[in-house]
Amino acid sequence: MSKLVIDSVSRVFPGVHGGAPTRALEPTTLTIADNDFVTILGPSGCGKSTLLRMIAGLDTPTAGRILLDGRPVTGPGPDRGMVFQSYTLFPWLSVADNVAFGLREKGVAPAERAKIVADWLSRVELSGFGRHYPKQLSGGMQQRTAIARALANDPAILLLDEPFGALDNQTRSLMQELLLGIWQRDRKTVLFVTHDIEEAIFLASRVVVMSARPGRIKSDVRVDLPYPRHYTIKTSPEFSALKAQLTEEIRGEAMRAADEYAQA
Amino acid sequence: MKPLAPVSGHARVALGLLFFVLFFGAWAFATLGGYVSRTFLADPLTMLNDGWELLTKHGFAFDIGVTVWRVVGGFTLAALVAVPVGVLMGAYKPIEALLEPFVSFARYLPASAFVPLLILWAGIGELQKLLVIFIGSVFQLILMIAVTVAATRRDLVEAALTLGAKDRGILGRVLIPSAAPTIAETLRLVLGWAWTYVIVAELIGSSAGIGHMIIDSQALLATGQMIFGIIVIGIIGLISDFMFKSVNRWLFPWSLA
Repeated sequence: MSKLVIDSVSRVFPGVHGGAPTRALEPTTLTIADNDFVTILGPSGCGKSTLLRMIAGLDTPTAGRILLDGRPVTGPGPDRGMVFQSYTLFPWLSVADNVAFGLREKGVAPAERAKIVADWLSRVELSGFGRHYPKQLSGGMQQRTAIARALANDPAILLLDEPFGALDNQTRSLMQELLLGIWQRDRKTVLFVTHDIEEAIFLASRVVVMSARPGRIKSDVRVDLPYPRHYTIKTSPEFSALKAQLTEEIRGEAMRAADEYAQA
Repeated sequence: MKPLAPVSGHARVALGLLFFVLFFGAWAFATLGGYVSRTFLADPLTMLNDGWELLTKHGFAFDIGVTVWRVVGGFTLAALVAVPVGVLMGAYKPIEALLEPFVSFARYLPASAFVPLLILWAGIGELQKLLVIFIGSVFQLILMIAVTVAATRRDLVEAALTLGAKDRGILGRVLIPSAAPTIAETLRLVLGWAWTYVIVAELIGSSAGIGHMIIDSQALLATGQMIFGIIVIGIIGLISDFMFKSVNRWLFPWSLA
């Protein structure tokens, strides 16, 4: 069953000062199945973030349409939770109030709200930090809070735009396992944008590879590694084979960028 | 000394006091040493003595109270208008397009130039004094608050949108709380300017207030009293600044680095 349908969606940014318009995304068609964990892998400038922002409703396609559960996306809404690459916790709210933000907007009663918040804080291993302000947390803890904030709202799909991009390798690895753990329990549909090949394979059951200039889908690769996945899987022969294959997929201009990122 | 290296709390207080001591020392040296004529500049001791006489014999405390009330009153009126208008201007672009050119123009109208006109309109009573301060502060406040609100981080607004916030939620739960500490800082800053306008208002057609006392003293060449009046304004400014800062720290603990 398809949860999200992206139907011939393209995005052209008008030229600045009479310059040529930028074709950020060529007409793209993609279907995401319910409960699937899909990563979109591509180098900088391949339009992957633009695509995600259009699904979130924060940007409007130049042509084509996006359907979530059969309904067209016309603007941002709580049915599509989003985690950004930059730290977007509200600095004036405590961690608990950040997680409760969407619930308050929905009008959930305070007692029920507190229960959901406590539940999510424990699931992202932040129980005891509810009263902290975001600036008192490390980058990894802030992104865990952001994930809890998005999921506490119980969205139909979770969108993540390079959420671990600013974290160090060790933290990033732990965050990937935490996110997979949450996904296996909830089986929420997840669309995860990254430029990190290893991250893309480790998380997803399906990797959509995009190439830059023009931004378009280059290939669609199934990852048949069994869940639950342990970090040691990254050194397995199957994993290495997939990594080699995907590296091959984004050769040329993309490969230079991808290699830089994969080694960063 | 290294660039940007922090200074300890005790050293900060000591250094701050040191400059006051140096300032008064230089003043005392110039006047008590006989380098400056007493007619033009009283020495610090005379100034203190004159000040004491003002307070005990001439009811100067009442003048201080009147001036403080005028500043607080005029500034509160300005803030009551400027905060909502500024927030709406910052949040909604059509409102900004409507008001921004006029407010930018009005901002450059000197409040002191309005004094004769305001006397014509409102007489020489309290209303005229309040209006001078109001005109002097309100346009500055509106513009600075509008800029603050408009500069709200876009990614925070987008995060709120993806969490289901509607227009009212964006305004009330993102734009206003995000801008609040800077708005409070703006109020603190412009309150300092309001003190300039109140004295200007009191120099003309006034029967009480610190500015009125200074003008009276000028006729008597009582430089000690004039300087005492000016210093009193400085001290009140310092106190109000300190109070504003503590309130801001208490209200917005999250915004401190």
